[in-house]
Amino acid sequence: MGIKLLLANDHIEGIRYYETYRKNGGYTTAEKAFKMSPADIVEEVKKSGLRGRGGAGFPTGMKWSFLAKPEGVPRHLVCNADESEPGTFKDRYLMEFHPHLFIEGLLISSYALGSNATYVYIRGEYAWIPDILEQAIAEAKNAGWLGKNILGSGFDCEIYVHRGAGAYICGEETALIESLEGKRGNPRMKPPFPAIQGVWMRPTVVNNVETLAAVVPIIQMGGEEYAKIGVGRSTGTKLLSVCGNVNKPGVYEIDMTCSVEEFIYSDEYCGGIPKGRSLKACIPGGSSVPIVPANLLLKTAKGETRYMNYESLSDGGFATGTMMGSGGFIVLDDAQCVVRHTMTLARFYNHESCGQCSPCREGTGWMYKILKNIEYGKGKMSDIDLLWDIQRKIEGNTICPLGDAAAWPVAAAIRHFRDEFEWHVKNPEESQTRNFGLAHYADPIHVPASA
Amino acid sequence: MSEQTPNPNFKVTIDNISIEVPPGTTILNAARMIGGDVTPPAMCYYSKLKNSGGKCRTCLVEVSKGSEKDPRPMPKLMASCRTTVMDGMEVKNITSDRVLDARKGVVEFLLLNHPLDCPVCDQAGECDLQNLSYEHGSEATRYEFKRRTFEKEDIGPYISLHMNRCIMCFRCVYTADQLTERREHGILERGDHAQISTMLGKALDNDFIGNVIDVCPVGALTDKTFRFKNRVWFTKPVDAHRDCPTCSGKARLWMRGEEVFRVTARKDEWNEVEEWICNDCRFHKKETKDWVIEGPSKISRSSVIAQGHYQGNVGCNSSPVLIDKVIGKQPKYTLDIHNISDVNKPNVELSKIDGPAHSDDFGLQKK
Repeated sequence: MGIKLLLANDHIEGIRYYETYRKNGGYTTAEKAFKMSPADIVEEVKKSGLRGRGGAGFPTGMKWSFLAKPEGVPRHLVCNADESEPGTFKDRYLMEFHPHLFIEGLLISSYALGSNATYVYIRGEYAWIPDILEQAIAEAKNAGWLGKNILGSGFDCEIYVHRGAGAYICGEETALIESLEGKRGNPRMKPPFPAIQGVWMRPTVVNNVETLAAVVPIIQMGGEEYAKIGVGRSTGTKLLSVCGNVNKPGVYEIDMTCSVEEFIYSDEYCGGIPKGRSLKACIPGGSSVPIVPANLLLKTAKGETRYMNYESLSDGGFATGTMMGSGGFIVLDDAQCVVRHTMTLARFYNHESCGQCSPCREGTGWMYKILKNIEYGKGKMSDIDLLWDIQRKIEGNTICPLGDAAAWPVAAAIRHFRDEFEWHVKNPEESQTRNFGLAHYADPIHVPASA
Repeated sequence: MSEQTPNPNFKVTIDNISIEVPPGTTILNAARMIGGDVTPPAMCYYSKLKNSGGKCRTCLVEVSKGSEKDPRPMPKLMASCRTTVMDGMEVKNITSDRVLDARKGVVEFLLLNHPLDCPVCDQAGECDLQNLSYEHGSEATRYEFKRRTFEKEDIGPYISLHMNRCIMCFRCVYTADQLTERREHGILERGDHAQISTMLGKALDNDFIGNVIDVCPVGALTDKTFRFKNRVWFTKPVDAHRDCPTCSGKARLWMRGEEVFRVTARKDEWNEVEEWICNDCRFHKKETKDWVIEGPSKISRSSVIAQGHYQGNVGCNSSPVLIDKVIGKQPKYTLDIHNISDVNKPNVELSKIDGPAHSDDFGLQKK
């Protein structure tokens, strides 16, 4: 049984309401935090080794220490709750069932960063969650946790919930800032970074929901204790949202020490693949990260067991590894078609591109059209190389990471599943009636003996 | 001001050529100070428009050395128009295969849905996209799908909008924003169906809105009063001025014989407007008697299917840097216009021709 920090009180009925949350030790960490200095809190977060849970995995303490603090200029904490990555729904779970844990994290972080007005930018499609959050904020305010002079510390803080209007791109931090300011959600050119000039050109920190919620256990137990959980630079616990072909899809908290195999097959987590089918491929960190076949998912190219943490999942780089990403764990069994799956993702990125810079605006649509041809039996052999070339010319050449996010899934699919693409091209009619199946994707990989 | 301590300049090396520039200069502007072939092309950056640039990605360069203090190379290619120089920075533009490859990709993306209706486009001959694809593009497209089209939209009596040709550089949006008081021109939709439009489809009416025609790098915004009247390369640019109550009145007339076909603002060697002109000068003063003519514009062969860059007598403080000096060989162009056409010979100085350029001026013998 792994350690639970964020979802430790998950079994308690009514934990989403203030009274229950408070009775179960809620807001005691905030009490502790207000006795500390803001700099000490930042120091604890640094010690904890907490890494951003939104996908990039950047150390949170370091991000906080970059925040500019010019005299007389307000600073802001913005919570990125625009969780739109296909396959990722962990933040929704936190906000829906543990809103007070989230608010406590927001409060402590706001105090640490000196943000008197903190914003939660929430995905437009999460239509019912702003009500839950606003109710929780009102409860917290009634109990004196928000507003003026909190706990007599002289620190004022208000939390505002801002609804997005349904754009994936607004999950990119600078596009989110633009949208929060009421403008079109186009990513900004960097530099200046938000830590220097963010919302209304004021210093801003943008963090993911789970990151901010994790600040609560960090302050509660101390940064060093938190860092003892997990392995290496993957400290603490991570929420994973599992979907696809597993017996028990849902949100799980792991302490980053379990192996991928255990995570998929054990009854504590996903409970295996349903209907006696076998594992074909998996995207372990949300739609943007590279897809890997079963053999490379369970073992690294060196033949070592792969674990559910940042380092182990990215072992082997993009050639044979993948990424932890945002924790959207998508499992595909042998009845799934990787070509079709890649086409679906390409359609998503084509639809969500903001249209600001040329490679992403034009390239995403092109990739989708080619993939559509291959999927529906109209593809050519040269299309596969063309796809490879297009993704190569998008990746790294765009303003924001959406270009990379659109390129990586296509690149990985071709890299690992080229046989399946070629089969589609060579068998245009057969590919319309049946799937390529598991083929050799779960076969043990040949590990060259080390010299 | 003379008491100020001398501003420490940053030394930056672009394609093996060093120059000292004030801190805060972008790589692109530093390259423009050197001039010639080391200057990256720019489709969306416009030095006169605040916040422009960074979008088209044609000006991507490789920073092979970050600075003297931090010599690490930058991992990604950088948009030179939005990246400021650091002391000791080393930049590769045409000497980097990565840059040329990425740029070729960007040109392909820009042309993907571009209609290539150059034969009937009023911009042809002075189109930045034509120049860019001439220098960096491929001979053929790999795109096999139907090109994207838009519903035609009327944005007023003077300006014609061809959304199909638009490359989304945002220049006109910034122009409308920064030159006029009301925000009446912007982008609708997103992704590959994003389009330029006016608020609620209203006509653009502002004294200076005509300048969006000049900033447009392609034929998306063209002058209705010049529409299908003549080809750009048959008209001769002449600098002229008039006493205008609204603007500086310094303009460029595009004439054929004594007839004024078109009035535009004067542009510098980077094809950027020098001074904005008003709609009255642009659309209504189409007779020679309205203007005091100064003489033929010194534009060398910039706008008439030139090979991308000015190679003449204006703008550049130093003599242009030739590509063979930088990479030790002559560039390979997709095609050399002089091999297939007798017009626009390099030895004929266009500004020295009195009337409009005519095939006779190029010594063509009629059989």
